[in-house]
Amino acid sequence: MRRGPAKLEKKNLKAFLQTLMERYDLFGPVRLAEGVSVYKRIDDPQEVDLSSANPQKPLKEVFFAQSEVMFRYEKAGRKTEVRSTEEVERERIVLGARPCDIAAVLLLDQVFSGKDYTDVYYAKKREKTTLIGLACNRPLSTCFCASMGGGPFVRRGSDLFWIDLGEAYLVEFLTEKGEALSQNTLLEKADASEIDLAKALEQRASEKATSSLSIEGIEKRLDEMVESPFWDRVQEKCIGCRVCTYLCPTCHCFDIVDEASRGQGQRVRNWDSCLSPLYSLETSGHNPRPTTRERTRQRLMHKFNYFPKNFGSVACVGCGRCIIYCPAHFDIRKTLEEILVP
Amino acid sequence: MMANAPSVGAWKSIGAESVQPFSPIRQGNPMIEQRIREKAKELLSRKDVDLVIGFGRGTLPLRATPLFARTPEEAEELIWNSFCAANLATYLHKLSRFKVGLVVKGCDSRSVVALLRERRFEPERLFLIGVPCQRMVDRRKVQRVAPGEILDAREQGDRIIVKGEDFEIHLKRDEFLYSSCQACLHRNPPKADWLASPPVEESALTEAFDEARLFEERPSEERWNFFIKETSRCIRCYACREACPMCYCSECFVDSSRPKWIGSGLDPSDLAFYHIVRAYHQTGRCAGCGACERACPMEIRLSYLTQKLNRDVKELFEFEAGLDPKDRPPLSTYEPDDWQEFIK
Repeated sequence: MRRGPAKLEKKNLKAFLQTLMERYDLFGPVRLAEGVSVYKRIDDPQEVDLSSANPQKPLKEVFFAQSEVMFRYEKAGRKTEVRSTEEVERERIVLGARPCDIAAVLLLDQVFSGKDYTDVYYAKKREKTTLIGLACNRPLSTCFCASMGGGPFVRRGSDLFWIDLGEAYLVEFLTEKGEALSQNTLLEKADASEIDLAKALEQRASEKATSSLSIEGIEKRLDEMVESPFWDRVQEKCIGCRVCTYLCPTCHCFDIVDEASRGQGQRVRNWDSCLSPLYSLETSGHNPRPTTRERTRQRLMHKFNYFPKNFGSVACVGCGRCIIYCPAHFDIRKTLEEILVP
Repeated sequence: MMANAPSVGAWKSIGAESVQPFSPIRQGNPMIEQRIREKAKELLSRKDVDLVIGFGRGTLPLRATPLFARTPEEAEELIWNSFCAANLATYLHKLSRFKVGLVVKGCDSRSVVALLRERRFEPERLFLIGVPCQRMVDRRKVQRVAPGEILDAREQGDRIIVKGEDFEIHLKRDEFLYSSCQACLHRNPPKADWLASPPVEESALTEAFDEARLFEERPSEERWNFFIKETSRCIRCYACREACPMCYCSECFVDSSRPKWIGSGLDPSDLAFYHIVRAYHQTGRCAGCGACERACPMEIRLSYLTQKLNRDVKELFEFEAGLDPKDRPPLSTYEPDDWQEFIK
């Protein structure tokens, strides 16, 4: 039996985070400029910004950084010394993660620490992390989490779940990891009216987050569409940048490079994108995905056909980032509708 | 040499006589939209072009999306409003096998001229549907003043009316323009095969919108800090590069592995290096359309850099990119009397 919900007054938020920072490395949404935020390590509780919707860069960044050193090496005499960077020293807490981003991390778990393979860099961070989910009281018009099996108050994957009540957050303890924070003296007992308010907010948000899009049968439909002329039209406006893949909470391709000079160096892994021509360019000069047609198809196929085949669910959580940030205003919802209703 | 934009009288000869001239504030004119559609339908039905690239309705308010019309019926979907911001010339590179009708604003037309000068295309395969530009509205500036998510937006005269769940606000259109549009000196397409409306009166650059000058006047340390603060947000998605019609190298220097010019990660010096080189490669070629800055998901300020380079080229070589297809870009030519005061 888990402990009942607590509340954290917003005026105590900074002090609360300060106490967490004594034991944990803290990560959360931070504003870099007006309208631009990312998840990053918090050095000062002042930085945390829980007021805006999803940050541009998704939660995956905390576990699978855009650019990460895997190990460093140095020539020492006749030997080469290698130092791995996989260890995570301190326990971590991520706060302010929205349910869609957490759903995406659950998908990435299957890739990076699933039954076939364990990626130590990802898995070690994940193991040491307590996730604090934050309910979406006001889903945006671009949100379609409801069509992807999620919702603005879905708690799956969160260790703790916060609901913004205006002057305070309602704090729910969902796992043992989450309950480890329950002794914090800044957490007060939530009363019945606050719990009722949270329920009302949940009800309202769920009503708002109804998306008419249904993707039933998408995997089968795409099986028949590999050579469809449909892709000729879908790809037309794609300019071939990497916005949709880098900002996608589920996209997880990477490239590994050695950056070396004068007897020392480091092996780095960087996000990669199937929308870049370089991604599929072979040493011979041949590129099996020579145009945006093949590359756009790859992006959609991976999310809605290959990933379901490999892991049993689509690799899209309906966060809407690709819709908001695409320079060509490509709307994946429209494309999915067109695939299903030709 | 600077070429002249078409004179106000010239539009008559290219078929815009049925449209009444209007003041800038009344634009968003459905007449323009209708005329673009009619022209596109005509070009497509006569098979003068294989496709027309223009703008279609976006799925979100304050947005238009590139539209590729291949039939007269599809041309019915073409729109024209204050959100037709993208520079569609960037699509010409991937359509090299087709005859294209392209909807161009002043800046887009300049990009096409600059590309023709660089011999990227045969001019015969292009038909430029010119639209004298009312200047485009920056959706991010609009969203910033709204108290919540904008769910609906429309233009009415010189106003933009935006609505959300529990608000409706009326904004003065001209206060929410893109910074590149505020600084624009060439709203009329210098090259067009046909114009959708009479030319608009060009405006002078006012001090407040002269981003390059404002940047230049700050102390060097402040300039550097600003530049680094902006570029440090870069996620290397290369949207700025891909949105730019002038970025068409078959291998960009950032993608080259031999030689490897630049580190692959997010080291601030690599990010700064990318943005410096990207901007410098535009010298004497940039039309100042601002597509780079609009495409950036991290809202990195970019156009002050190219604006500064554009002004330097104008001051040093009396040249502005894309105004005259006969003018040779100064950085690809040499004259014995070239300015060389920088050689000490």
